[in-house]
Amino acid sequence: MLGRLAGAVVAACSILLGASPTLAKPDKTECIVGAKPGGGFDLTCRLLGGTLQAANLIDRPMSYTYMEGGVGATAYNHIIGTRPGDPGAIVAVSTGSALLLAQKKFGAHDENAVRWVGALGAEFGSVIVAPDSPHKTLKDLVEGIKANPSEFSVAGGGAVGSQDWMKAALIFRAAGQDPKKMRYIALEGGGPVVTNILGGHVKIGSSDIAEFLPHHKSGKVRVLAVMSSERLTGDAKDIPTAKEQGYDILWTVWRGLYIGPKVSDADYNWWVEIVEKLSKTPEFRKEQESRGLYPFPSFGKTFADHVKADVARFKVLAQEAGLIK
Amino acid sequence: MSLDYLWTGFAVALTPGNLLFALAGCFLGTLIGALPAIGPINGIALMLPIAYTMKLPPESCMILLAAIYYGAEYGGRISSILINVPGDAGAVMTAVDGYPLARQGRGAEALTMSALSSFVGGILAVIGLTFFAPLLGLFAVKFGPAEYVALMVFAFATLASMVGAEPVKTIIGCLIGLLLTTIGLDPTSGAYRFTFDQPEMHDGLEFIIIVIGLFSISEILLMLEHKITGTLKPIPIGKGFPSWSDIKACWWPTIRSSVSGFIIGVLPGTGASVASAVAYTTEKRLLDKGTFGKGDMRGLAAPEAANNAAAGGAFVPMLTLGVPGSGTTAVMLGALLLYNITPGPQLFTEKPEIAGGLIASMYIGNIMLLIMNIPMVRIFVKMLQVPSTWLIPTILLLSILGVYTAYSSVMSVLLMIGIGVFGWALRKLGFDMAPIILGFVLGKVLETNLRNALALSGGEISILFQSTISNMFWAMAVLIVLIPWWLSRRAK
Repeated sequence: MLGRLAGAVVAACSILLGASPTLAKPDKTECIVGAKPGGGFDLTCRLLGGTLQAANLIDRPMSYTYMEGGVGATAYNHIIGTRPGDPGAIVAVSTGSALLLAQKKFGAHDENAVRWVGALGAEFGSVIVAPDSPHKTLKDLVEGIKANPSEFSVAGGGAVGSQDWMKAALIFRAAGQDPKKMRYIALEGGGPVVTNILGGHVKIGSSDIAEFLPHHKSGKVRVLAVMSSERLTGDAKDIPTAKEQGYDILWTVWRGLYIGPKVSDADYNWWVEIVEKLSKTPEFRKEQESRGLYPFPSFGKTFADHVKADVARFKVLAQEAGLIK
Repeated sequence: MSLDYLWTGFAVALTPGNLLFALAGCFLGTLIGALPAIGPINGIALMLPIAYTMKLPPESCMILLAAIYYGAEYGGRISSILINVPGDAGAVMTAVDGYPLARQGRGAEALTMSALSSFVGGILAVIGLTFFAPLLGLFAVKFGPAEYVALMVFAFATLASMVGAEPVKTIIGCLIGLLLTTIGLDPTSGAYRFTFDQPEMHDGLEFIIIVIGLFSISEILLMLEHKITGTLKPIPIGKGFPSWSDIKACWWPTIRSSVSGFIIGVLPGTGASVASAVAYTTEKRLLDKGTFGKGDMRGLAAPEAANNAAAGGAFVPMLTLGVPGSGTTAVMLGALLLYNITPGPQLFTEKPEIAGGLIASMYIGNIMLLIMNIPMVRIFVKMLQVPSTWLIPTILLLSILGVYTAYSSVMSVLLMIGIGVFGWALRKLGFDMAPIILGFVLGKVLETNLRNALALSGGEISILFQSTISNMFWAMAVLIVLIPWWLSRRAK
């Protein structure tokens, strides 16, 4: 009660004083997680809510709503259909959602239907083989695939057309092969990918670097490449990128946020500024790193352009792979 | 083999909060087991959304749910012995000798003896689980898609030949589960099936909704059909403690039944009810000189040891392979998946707080249960007399609250009620609900792995018969169907 009163007073004061004409601060904030607790969307929302609160950028704790369904599709349709103008409701989103948008698996709306706020960080795709594999570099692997494509079975943590499938498809394409002919098994998440490499059931594992790094360090698997544009820092600093091995294979898994299409410019600008400001605080950097995310500064229009460019790129990839017509 | 995970587990299980969850689970489990209306699967199904909404950490949630499961195997015997109505499916055989004992005025002895044999069965199973699960975990890496297909076929064969009196209805139940599991994202191609373009349906039917609908709502409807006839009248317990000669006579039947119960529990698809039936018939064949069925302590000890051992054994494939050993562990597997935790060989090394915490809590829980079920058993006997005019609204309220808080949508509640009515109709026709839920859970594993195996081989079906492990499961699948048929033919 007191908190609500205080919030109302603060809101009233800011209106009276006209502190900032283009910025409006929503009275209460809610982060919508388009999945079960514990996944990447949940991580995004908790990173946002926790650090905003710690930095005193919001007055009341952010609340979290779980709205499971179709890698965020339920949440996307909910925001557009039911709460398009709610200034306090922000939704977690990732590259996976962009991929589904490109494949028209996100319902009736396209990537222009919401307002893209910004990114909180990124992970990167990665590819592994067994530690006793004769393929020591990405070049070895690509040459091997060229010579005998049907020998190279792949395991990934998602169905055909998912991010893990796309990453493997990029490698097969680099070897001049048709990704459609790839022998690919779909598993649930990165853990089973490692298990299938350990058991020798597949030759190649495809997932994110954070998933593979602990197993790489303990020698259970060998990471051949990370799909980032530059070398990563920290534990992953010795792992070569695909780019430096001569292949133009990039896979950035950004984690970001959007709000409803009818939210006012003032509220939209508030969110963009606050997220940008937040991402520069040392506390945020620390929290980001502890969650296995790398910095990915992209806010407001830059971020919106990035998302739209990704969707366009994924459309081309999906078309080439025969996933959409 | 390292038992480090167990020490980590004890550190987790011995925190005050988790001790409290184990205690609460044991108490609720005994009560749920004792009440004839609801069994462990309903109890867990009701508690799961509540635990999940309370944002319990996964290990605490598992400790609570598991304690309800094995607690119910203790509690089931109380109503079997005192009112000749089994409290849950695993306690059906307990009534055969337990009720006559109570009528002879030896109710107290029977309750104590069965609690002791439950404890022995429970503890032996946890010891088995402690050593066997990580061993199987090492072995589980060898399980690729083809091996999983063979294992699933074996599971379905076991289910069809051992569960339920009518195999055809069991098979139809499985098929209904298989059909329901095809709704939502196609796990291999990523296409949406039967979703009618509704994003809410993209991930398929929610597990909790199906479980609560099938088990709780249909149970309520069944209970409503019967006239409310006041309270149940248990036979007075009396006084007394089993004699030393009784305990000695029950020793070997208890050990034998614990071992066979554990093994049957480990087999995917079968659980406590099959284990206790097998244990009882085995002991009857070995020992009966006309006393079984008329109040023989050994006929009471055997099924009680077996159903508790089976409850422990059912965790082995669930934790190491992600394949539930029984209907109740299928619900627990669903709980782990809700937390985004995929069980498998890595569970013991990467999440020792969950696998270890769960197993360690089972040692503690069995000791708690022994105390609850011998000196404190009279409390539960009192609670048996709760009239159904209280019980039915409570269950209904918990079901609706649970589903609504977990998904915050009225649609989910309506869907749950619809599924409940469907389940009630099936139960009226003599169908068992457990095969449906097992079909739902195992079906996804079977489909994904079959398609993955065929993707690996480029469509060659021979990949399913290439490894020793798969061939062993194929052989076992054939045997488990043929042996009962051959036995029944020989008996004629």
